[in-house]
Amino acid sequence: MSVDHTIRAAVALALFAANAAFGQGYAGLASDAEGFALPHPDYRLEFPADHGPHPDFRIEWWYVTANLEGPDGTNYGIQWTLFRTALRPGEAEAWASPQIWFGHAAVTTPETHLFSERFARGGIGQAGVEAAPFDAWIDEWRMWGPTISDVTLTAAGDDFAYRLELQAEGPLVLHGDDGYSVKSDEGQASHYYSQPSYLARGTLTLPEGEVQVEGRAWLDREWSSQPLSDRQTGWDWFSLHFENGAAMMGYFMRQTDGAPYAVATWIAPDGTGTPLPEGVLEAEPLETATVEDREIPVAWRLRLPPRDLDVEVRALNPQSWMGTTFSYWEGPVTVMGSHEGRGYLEMTGYE
Amino acid sequence: MLLQVRDLIKTFPGDERPVDVLRGVSFDLEAGVTLALTGESGSGKSTLLHLVAGLDEADGGQILFDGADVAAMNDRKRAKLRRRDVGVVFQQFNLVPSLDVAANVALQARLAGRHSPEADARLIERLGLVDHRAKYPEQLSGGQQQRVAIGRALAGRPRLVLADEPTGNLDEETGARVLDLMLELVTDASAALLMVTHSKRLAARLERRLHLAHGRVATRIERRAAE
Amino acid sequence: MKAAGLTAILSHWRRHPVQLATLILGLSLATALWSGVQAINAEARASYDAAARAIGGDGLPSLHQARGAAIPLDTYVALRRAGWLVTPVVEGTLRMTGGEVRLLGVDLLTAPPPALEGDLAGDVEPIDALGESGRLFAAPEIAARLASPDLPPVVAVEGVAPGLALADIGVAQRVLGEARIDRLLVLPDQPLGRPPLSEIAPDLEERAPDRQGGVARLTDSFHLNLTAFGLLSFVVGLFIVNGAVGLAFEQRRPTFRTLRALGLTARSLVTLLAVELLILSLAAGAIGMGLGGLIAAALLPDVAATLRGLYGATIEGSLTLRPAWWAAGIAIAVLGTAVAASGALWKVARLPALAPAQPRAWALASARTRRLQGAAAALLALAAVVLAVAGSGLVAGFLMLGALLLAAALLLPLWLAACLAGGQRLARGALAEWFWADTRQQLPGLSLALMSLLLALAANIGVGTMVDSFRLTFTGWLDQRLASELYVTARDDDEAARLVPWLEARADAVLPIARTDQRVAGAPAEIYGVADHPTYRDNWPLLAAEPEVWDAVAAGNAVLVNEQLARREGLRPGDPLDLPDGWRTRVGGIYSDYGNPAAQVLIGLDELYDRFPDYRRGDYGVRIAPERAEALRTALVDDFSLSPDQIVDQAALKRLSLDIFERTFAVTAALNVLTLTVAGFAILTSLLTLATLRLPQLAPVWALGLTRRHLAALELTRALVLAALTFSAAVPVGLMLAWVLLSVINVEAFGWSLPMHVFPADWARLALLSLLAAGVAGLWPARRLATRPPADLVKVFAHER
Repeated sequence: MSVDHTIRAAVALALFAANAAFGQGYAGLASDAEGFALPHPDYRLEFPADHGPHPDFRIEWWYVTANLEGPDGTNYGIQWTLFRTALRPGEAEAWASPQIWFGHAAVTTPETHLFSERFARGGIGQAGVEAAPFDAWIDEWRMWGPTISDVTLTAAGDDFAYRLELQAEGPLVLHGDDGYSVKSDEGQASHYYSQPSYLARGTLTLPEGEVQVEGRAWLDREWSSQPLSDRQTGWDWFSLHFENGAAMMGYFMRQTDGAPYAVATWIAPDGTGTPLPEGVLEAEPLETATVEDREIPVAWRLRLPPRDLDVEVRALNPQSWMGTTFSYWEGPVTVMGSHEGRGYLEMTGYE
Repeated sequence: MLLQVRDLIKTFPGDERPVDVLRGVSFDLEAGVTLALTGESGSGKSTLLHLVAGLDEADGGQILFDGADVAAMNDRKRAKLRRRDVGVVFQQFNLVPSLDVAANVALQARLAGRHSPEADARLIERLGLVDHRAKYPEQLSGGQQQRVAIGRALAGRPRLVLADEPTGNLDEETGARVLDLMLELVTDASAALLMVTHSKRLAARLERRLHLAHGRVATRIERRAAE
Repeated sequence: MKAAGLTAILSHWRRHPVQLATLILGLSLATALWSGVQAINAEARASYDAAARAIGGDGLPSLHQARGAAIPLDTYVALRRAGWLVTPVVEGTLRMTGGEVRLLGVDLLTAPPPALEGDLAGDVEPIDALGESGRLFAAPEIAARLASPDLPPVVAVEGVAPGLALADIGVAQRVLGEARIDRLLVLPDQPLGRPPLSEIAPDLEERAPDRQGGVARLTDSFHLNLTAFGLLSFVVGLFIVNGAVGLAFEQRRPTFRTLRALGLTARSLVTLLAVELLILSLAAGAIGMGLGGLIAAALLPDVAATLRGLYGATIEGSLTLRPAWWAAGIAIAVLGTAVAASGALWKVARLPALAPAQPRAWALASARTRRLQGAAAALLALAAVVLAVAGSGLVAGFLMLGALLLAAALLLPLWLAACLAGGQRLARGALAEWFWADTRQQLPGLSLALMSLLLALAANIGVGTMVDSFRLTFTGWLDQRLASELYVTARDDDEAARLVPWLEARADAVLPIARTDQRVAGAPAEIYGVADHPTYRDNWPLLAAEPEVWDAVAAGNAVLVNEQLARREGLRPGDPLDLPDGWRTRVGGIYSDYGNPAAQVLIGLDELYDRFPDYRRGDYGVRIAPERAEALRTALVDDFSLSPDQIVDQAALKRLSLDIFERTFAVTAALNVLTLTVAGFAILTSLLTLATLRLPQLAPVWALGLTRRHLAALELTRALVLAALTFSAAVPVGLMLAWVLLSVINVEAFGWSLPMHVFPADWARLALLSLLAAGVAGLWPARRLATRPPADLVKVFAHER
């Protein structure tokens, strides 16, 4: 393995921390944060300042997914993610900066899944985020606008590109306890909020040509220094828009001992978010597909009894594999059952 | 009949014109019989011997060994004939200089796949070479070398022994002793002998004699061995 | 049958151990020289590959600032933010015990992954590689020598190119003390919708990835040179093998006949002999490979120094013997034996069972053989002429060389026969007549050994002449080119503005050295501005020029081009030449420019200022009386506070250049000596084997009343006469070789030709050396003859052979 590949991989590991090697390589991170700031339940999010980076925390992301539809009714999905990871807390001049940025972008169609990956050093201006006016970028990939509710989103790989205008129709939703989101029984937590109600409109450039699309987009913002408990091997994360206007975020931290740690937020059609108690949301894999030599569940049954939700969630394209330096599955899904709709599914830690 | 030679013709390219060395020689040789070939230098006697040994090819006529035409054989068959059925003793001894006496004696028998160490040991004893068995040819006298050559020719138990002036390189006394030994061994082995010599005295020791002159058989002399 | 036959055939060697040793040693030496050179070449190629891999970006196009200036960080970021996937590189030099290494700083996050064998995972935390302390990555053998308290910790990684240290760009910039970017590599996969370069960074120009190719091409000629030497040695070695095998077959001819008479088929006999040769060649090949490894290990440091000095190519100083090398070496030993023995085997295959079985004089070459050799020589000479006229390229050059040498070798017996016939005619007295006649009779047996001596001597004369011509020309040229006593570089325009008046007040003249990198005739070229000053008028090494060329250059009416450009484009004084920006001018003259692979154009200084305002400035030649140079240098450092590395004095530059030169040819000299040794050995073995065979010819002379001592003296004299005659033929052949090397090979390899100088004193030395070799070689057999028991000679008669 080469020097820079190792470093990229290590950086990616530090962020995702969901691979088996994590337990050995970074054992103790969760309990000993090496000078990194830790999420705190008393912290109250402040906007727009918290749209910007938090360099004292180890990891952070700006994560946009969108379910889109072409003029002929074809479903598409796009992903735009900017990750930040700090090798140590704080910032330094130019190349000495300990802040590492990387971006993932993808376009998914029912037939293909195209993706690209970028890396950048903090401190030289190649990548970064400014809170107001909002601007997040790595290389030429960019998400920017007067406020985070009104942004333009661009990315390109060598075989795809997209440019979307995103307009938020509702408020930001804070997950967990006012944005303090607990991830395990041991108390691993992050600061976590979303903008679930973007209307999206724009152009996809695919190998076959350009497509005008519109649909809904979802922004996740999360930062932490201690992402996983060492009993946890990965997660399955859902963001779903229902046709009745409601939405839901739910994730399952898979654990080596016993049931996953299940967390969900229900978002009413008016945009009000209601965090649900741990363990209320239930998930059951229905089907798996062989993706990159591993079995990955690409159809799920989700049940949320308090909301009378009982749906089947199915991947638009089972081969939505992000074959990036740190790889995972991420792609658009359709929802059928008690509620109909569309959404995004992310699954990490499948080896 | 072991050997039948019919109308044998051999011509060599000469300086000015071709030289007819053999001009139609015919004779028979029965198994176990000894025959001397005599004649002046250039009478063709050595050539005849070489043709019979399959070392050279005739230009006409037939050589039947056990009824098989030697002239019609390919190189491989002729080599097999020499290996298994014929033993040759040369005037120049033609021992392999890098092999010792025992190895030289055993050489043809081993080539023919008929090697018997016990028989070799007896043979070497009869040849009077017991004390010399580990010596190399250059360490031997001429008479000793020719005895090794005779041993080599007979160790493979051939049916026909061909000898070309076997005593030509030896003094008279040594030559006589070597010849005695050879005749004794050939007789014991029930082999036929065809010996080329220019000496009538030596030829007289064999049962029959052919005298060649100008490429033809000039005289045939038959004699009973008991005489 | 096979076993009995093989035993009989192999028994020969037990009785002739010296002959066996000769054969094995000849083949071993041949294989050793060849495989040694191959091992060196393989090592060098592996090093180039490793370098290309480790840099990772080689093979990629790159962006450069005009005039070679540093690229601002903002430009890099602007390019990235416009969708140009480029990655920055900074380069510098680090000193370490025993030499220098190149420090290559890359952005570990965006650089293309180098294919390293070593594993870093777990060894280095990202924060260490990227952070303030930083890490250097180097091959294990470099890592230990590089470690220093002034440098970041060095991590040993297998597969990093020797002579190279890798680091993150931030770390490298800190180590080098300069926050600069030298070039941007353009990565292979670029995103859609990327704007053109001119919109983002109009100052940058994109260059095709040709640097590594350039080094490979340059070093190719050097390696071809080595290969040619290896091949030459191998051929000389094959002569030995051919001789030894021929002799062994000839001696065993009666045995072969006997075996055939005893009933071994011709096919079996040839098969057995082939098996015998296979066994011998495998044994000799293995020994040769061992020796070759030793030779390569001994020569490699010199080769490494040469390549570094001459081409800037770094190779590892230690040897790795690869399986392919072993296989190839053994194969060439077996094949070489097959070639060398094919003639002898062919004869055995056609050997009639019946022939006059008395031993003959060894391989009496008929007039027919000699006519055939003459015809072959004529054909080869014709091929050489055709190649000289029609061929082009380095390989054609070497083929031509090979054809010429072989032709000369084949002609040698004719030449020697003619000389000996002349000697016989002039001889007075029976003994002298016998001496000449007998020498003639021996000629066929010795001619192969003498041919190998001829080749070795000719190679020696040819290569020696080339090297000495090169040295003479090169030193003269250095004097001309490096006319200024001091060379000074200003850090920036500001310093230059202060430096020039300061120098002008103290020196005789300050000559700006201004240059720009452009493209001329479709290829990269350096354009230099030259001041109108006697320094150039008096010294510049012009090969051809129009009259008053310096006036024309100063007036902007003509330019000078280097020999490389002139040869490539077929330019002569008076020819038109198109320079960048539509400037059509005239070639006023051509100058020699040794050691420079690139095209170069010299124009008037004012023309450069006007036409290429972006020229690279800041370099000056300073003319001053040589005895005052050192004082000025001290003053520049002490008073003007120039850093010492901004000043180069002429003497140091010349010393460095000559040092590089000497090292380049150190390897050549070593191979030369080895080749001559092999040839000497060939003569020794030939004489030794002939000595045994010749006994029947000497015995009668001895019997007629010559002492053994006298006979031995004559034998020794014979060896010396033949060596001297061979040497007389080697001189013209060697000069021809030198001419081809200087005027054909050099032009193809380097783009310049050299005037040929002859060095008769060297020939005299070589003549003595060759007589010495022949004398030593002749002494042993002569001594054996002198001390031979008379009984051996008597035996000749006793056996009436």
